[in-house]
Amino acid sequence: MTTLLIAEHSNSKLSEQTAKALTAALALGAPVDILVAGHEAGAAAQAASQLAGIRKVLLADDVSLAHQLAEPLVATVLALADGYDAIVAPATAVGKTVAPRVAALLDVSQVSEVIEVLAPDTFKRPIYAGNAIQTVKTGQARNVLTIRTASFRPATAGGSAPVETVAAAADPGISRHVGSQVSESARPELTAARVVVSGGRALGSAEKFSEVILPLADRLGAAVGASRAAVDAGYAPNDWQVGQTGKIVAPDLYVAIGISGAIQHIAGMKDARCIVAINKDGDAPIFQVADYGLVGDLFEILPELTAALPAASEKAAG
Amino acid sequence: MSEETAAMPERESMEFDVVIVGAGPAGLAAAIRLKQVAPELSVVVLEKGAQVGAHVLSGAVVDPIGIDALLPDWRQEEGTPFRTPVSEDRFMILSKESGFTLPAWLMKLMPPLMHNDGNFIVSLGEVCAWLATKAEALGVEIYCGFAAADLSYDENGAVEGVILGDMGVHKDGSHGPDYTPGMKLLGKYVLLAEGARGSLSKRAIHRFGLDAGRDVPKFGIGIKELWEVAPERHRPGLVQHSFGWPLDGRTGGGSFLYHLDNNLVAVGFVVHLNYANPYLSPFEEFQRFKTHKAIKPVFEGGRRIAYGARAITEGGWQSVPKLVFPGGALVGCAAGFVNVPRIKGSHNAVLSGIEAANAVAAAIGAGRSRDTLDAYEAGWRNGPIGQDLRLVRNVKPLWSRFGTYAGIAMAGADMWLTTLFGGWSPFGTLRHGKPDHASLEPAARHARIAYPTPDGVVSFDRLSSVYLSNTNHAEDQPVHLNLADAALQKQSELAEFAGPSTRYCPAGVYEWMGTGDEARFVINAQNCVHCKTCDIKDPNQNIDWQPPQGGEGPVYVNM
Amino acid sequence: MKIIVAVKRVVDFNVKVRVKSDGTGVETANVKMSMNPFDEIAVEEALRLREAGVATEVIAVSIGPAQAQETIRTAIAMGADRGILVRTDTAVEPLAVAKVLSALVAEEQPGLVILGKQAIDDDAGQVGQMLSALVGWPVATFASKLVVADGKAEVTREVDGGLQTVEVKLPAVVTTDLRLNQPRYATLPNIMKAKSKRLDDRPLADLGVDAAARLTVLKTEEPPRRKGGIKVGSVAELVEKLRDEAGVL
Repeated sequence: MTTLLIAEHSNSKLSEQTAKALTAALALGAPVDILVAGHEAGAAAQAASQLAGIRKVLLADDVSLAHQLAEPLVATVLALADGYDAIVAPATAVGKTVAPRVAALLDVSQVSEVIEVLAPDTFKRPIYAGNAIQTVKTGQARNVLTIRTASFRPATAGGSAPVETVAAAADPGISRHVGSQVSESARPELTAARVVVSGGRALGSAEKFSEVILPLADRLGAAVGASRAAVDAGYAPNDWQVGQTGKIVAPDLYVAIGISGAIQHIAGMKDARCIVAINKDGDAPIFQVADYGLVGDLFEILPELTAALPAASEKAAG
Repeated sequence: MSEETAAMPERESMEFDVVIVGAGPAGLAAAIRLKQVAPELSVVVLEKGAQVGAHVLSGAVVDPIGIDALLPDWRQEEGTPFRTPVSEDRFMILSKESGFTLPAWLMKLMPPLMHNDGNFIVSLGEVCAWLATKAEALGVEIYCGFAAADLSYDENGAVEGVILGDMGVHKDGSHGPDYTPGMKLLGKYVLLAEGARGSLSKRAIHRFGLDAGRDVPKFGIGIKELWEVAPERHRPGLVQHSFGWPLDGRTGGGSFLYHLDNNLVAVGFVVHLNYANPYLSPFEEFQRFKTHKAIKPVFEGGRRIAYGARAITEGGWQSVPKLVFPGGALVGCAAGFVNVPRIKGSHNAVLSGIEAANAVAAAIGAGRSRDTLDAYEAGWRNGPIGQDLRLVRNVKPLWSRFGTYAGIAMAGADMWLTTLFGGWSPFGTLRHGKPDHASLEPAARHARIAYPTPDGVVSFDRLSSVYLSNTNHAEDQPVHLNLADAALQKQSELAEFAGPSTRYCPAGVYEWMGTGDEARFVINAQNCVHCKTCDIKDPNQNIDWQPPQGGEGPVYVNM
Repeated sequence: MKIIVAVKRVVDFNVKVRVKSDGTGVETANVKMSMNPFDEIAVEEALRLREAGVATEVIAVSIGPAQAQETIRTAIAMGADRGILVRTDTAVEPLAVAKVLSALVAEEQPGLVILGKQAIDDDAGQVGQMLSALVGWPVATFASKLVVADGKAEVTREVDGGLQTVEVKLPAVVTTDLRLNQPRYATLPNIMKAKSKRLDDRPLADLGVDAAARLTVLKTEEPPRRKGGIKVGSVAELVEKLRDEAGVL
C-alpha cells in the first residue's frame, strides 16, 4: 500500500499546502511519495524532499506542465497511478481540478475536502458549507482524496528523501495556457487568503476604516473583510463583506475588529483556524467564538498591534 | 409601486376567472372550493413566499370545522398533517417566582367554546402544503415566489386584477439589466387572502372605504419558536397557555406551548399591540418568559430549530370591514376572523374561503364579473364564522379596558352568558377604543424595562433568532419598508417615543444610530420577516409595508 | 452546437440545514428545495451563448427523483429548450452522475457541457472534471469568463491567488464559479409556458450505467461548536499567543 501526494507548487517554490496535505496523507498509514509535476521545478522538488516522513519525491518536468494545466497533469499522474492505492491532493484550485479527473479515469469515487482522517478508509468531511460533518467510509481498494488543508498542521521539515525523475506523460494537446494574472497587490483574494482582517461598524467611517484596518491587513499580508453593518453604512465595499450573505472564508487567522459578532457574520468565518476579536464591549457575542479576545478601544489597539507585528514580507516564503 | 418610472412599463397580462393572492388556509380553501363546484374555472393563486408555507406561521391548535366543510372525507386519508389530537389542556397563571396551573375542575368550568376536544395541534405551514397539493390536483395553478404589489383597476374603478412586483430594480429605483416589469393577472374576481394587515387589502380597504362604520382593526404580535426537545420532556398532545408574568396587568398577551409529534414543541408569545409603554419589547418578553422556572424545564436538553413572527388580528366581530368591493373580496385574516380567546383563526379562514368561493362561483355562473359579491358579505355574520365570533366579541374590549386579571374574569363570565343566551351580553357589543398605534404613550411617562441578557440556552438575541427564520432579501432592491416622513420619525418616533420600532420589530430591522441631531434611522430591510407589526404599531403610521421581490423573506419550515 | 447543462435540486441556499439528532443525515422533509445556485449560473451562461448565436439548443438535465422535474422546469422557464430527467430515488455519487452524463453526451453530442463547480449540499465539486475524463474532453473549472469562438473556448478561471486563462478545444466541459454571470429571473409568463415544453423522463436503469455507491456515510453530525477562548490583557500578549501558541504568525 502506498500513497501518492500531488504537490501544490509554483515550480520555484513549494506551497505550504503541500506540507499540510502531507500530514493527512501520512495519516493513511502507508509510505508516501510526493509528485512534483511542473517545469523547471527542481527547487520545489528539493523543498518537497525535505519534508519529514516521505519515501521519495517524483519529479516530472516538462514545458506542458509549467502552468498546472489539468489535462497534461492528469495524464502524468495516471501514468504513475498503478503503483499507488491512494492518490491525495490538497484541495487547491489545481488539486480540485486534477483529482476528480484522475479518479474517474481510475473508476474511483473521490472523497473531497477531507478534514480528518479517522482510519485509512474513514474520513470526515464538511457538507452544506460546513454546517454538517459527514463521516464517510470507502469500500474501494483504491481511493482518491482531496484535503482541506486548513484542518491540518503542516508536516515538519528535516527529512531528506531522494528525488527521482519520472517521465511526464505526453500532452493530450486539447488545452493551452493563455495567461495568468496573479494578484500583484499585497492583498490576496478574500476567500483564498490565509489571513483576513475584518472591520465592523464601530470603525465609524470609510476614512477610519481605511486608516485603521488597511495598515494591519498590509502588515499581515491579509485580505480585508467587513461586516454587513459596515458595508451597509458605506465604510467598506460590498465585495469585502464576510458573512452569510457575503463571502464565506476559512483562513488560518481571522481578526475581527469592532465587530459585534452577529450570527450572520459568524456564519461566514466560523471555520477559521484561529479567531481574534478586538472590541470595546466585553460582552459582544464575538468573544464567544474568538480564540483570543482583546477588550478595549480599537483606535488605540490597532496602531499598537500593527506596529508590534513582523511585516509579512519579512517572513520566510511558503 | 414606484411612480418614478416615466412611462408605464409594458406588462404582459393574462386572464383567469379567479385570481387569489396568498396561499394560506383562506386562499387555498377558496381555490379548492372553486374547483370543487365549478371545475371549468381557471383559478390562479399567487404566493410571495418561496414555497407554500414559507410565510405561514401560527401556533397552532386547529378546530377542524373548516377542513371538515372543505374536505369531508379527509379523516379517511393517510398522511394528513393532522397527526396530533389535543389530549391535555393546561392553563397557567405566572408570577415572577411561581406558576399556578388551573386545576382540572376549574378548566371544566370554562365556556364550551374554549374546550379543545376534537382539535388538533398542527403546523399550519404543513397544512397549507397539504392543501396546496389538493388544490393543484384539482387544477389550481399556484405560483410561488411572486408578490402581488398592486391592484389593477378597470375603467369603472373596479378591481380587475393584480400587478406583480417588478424584478431587477436597483436600490435607488433605477432599472438593472435584469429588469422585468411584473405581470398583470386579470380575473373576473380577485380574492385577497394575504393574512393579517395585507398590503393590497390595506389599499382596498382604504380605496373602497370598507372600514366605514366598523370598529378599528386590532392586532397582536405573535412570536414563535420551534424546539426539538429531549424525548423525556415530550408530551404529544399537550396544549398549554399562560397569562401573567412577564407582562404586567395592563398589557394584553400571553404564551402558548404546544407539543406536536417527533419531539417537537411549538412555543410562542403574543403581545397585544395596544400596549402603552414604548419601552416594551415583545421579543424580549418572549425570551424571558422561557426562563421562568415553571416553563424552562421542557427546553432542557433540547435545541431551538426555528423562529418567526407574525401579526395576528384581534378585532373580531366589531372590526371586520366590509368584505366585498367591486371585483373582489377579502378572505381569512386579511378580513380578520381570529377568535381571540380561542386563539384560533384558521378555521374561520377556511370557512371564509369556502363562502367567498361559493359566492364567486355563483356569480360567474350567472355571467357576472367585477361586481360586488353581496351574498358573501351578507351571509357571514349569520353563518358559522359569525356564530363563532359573536360569542367572544366582548373579550378583547373587556381585557383591554379592565386589564388582564379582572378583564379575563369578566370576559369568562361574558362568554358564558353569550353561550347560554344565544349571543346576548349585558355589555351589548363593546367597542375597542383607540387604534393600536394611538395607544402608545410618550416615553417620558414610562420607565425603561431592564430585560435580562439572553442566556444562550433557552433565551437568545434577536439576530441569532432571525437567522433561524431563514429570511433573505436581495440587497440591491428598493427598501420595501417605506418611511413617509423621515423628519417625523426623528422628532416623534425617536424624540417622543424613544424609538419603539427598535423594540417591537422581532427581526431587528430598525435601529437608531447616533444621538441628538446626528441620529439616523437605519432600516435593515434584509432582516424583515414580513410580520407587518411596524405597519400597525408605528405611532404616526409613518411606515408602510410593501412586498419586496417575490420569493424573499422568511422560509419557514413546519411553522 | 448543443449545450447540455446539468442542474441539481438541492436544499435552498437560504435555509439553515438542521442535522437530524439520530445522525442519519440532514433534515430535508418539507424544506424548500431549489436549483443549485452554481447551476443557475451554468444555465444562464448557456442561454447567453445561444442568444449570441454560438449555440443552437440548450438542454437541461437532472438526475434525481420525480420532484427534480421542477428544477428542470425552472431551467426551461429561464430559457432552456428542453429537459431530460434521469429518474432515480436513490442518492447517486458524483462518479455515477458523471457516467450518466457521459451516456447523455454520447446520445446528444453537444459541443459544450456546462455545470456548476459544486453542489451546495454535498460540496463535492467533482462531476464536471469526472465527466470530462470519461468522455475524453478538456475541462475548464471555476470559470469566471467564457468566450466561445472557432471551435475553442477561452476560459478565465478563478484560481488561488488570481486568475488564469486557458484555451480548450471544443467539445469541452466548463464548470462555473460565482462571478461568471448574474442569472436571469424565471418570469411568471415563462414559468407558465415551461409547463408544456418537452421534458423527457427516463429511469436511470435504462442508461445501463453502473451507479452503485462505493462510499458509505457512517454518520452526519453537527460541526464542533466553537468555544470561546481567552481574553488577553495587552497587544503584546496577543502577538505572543498568535506567534507561539496558535502558530499563525
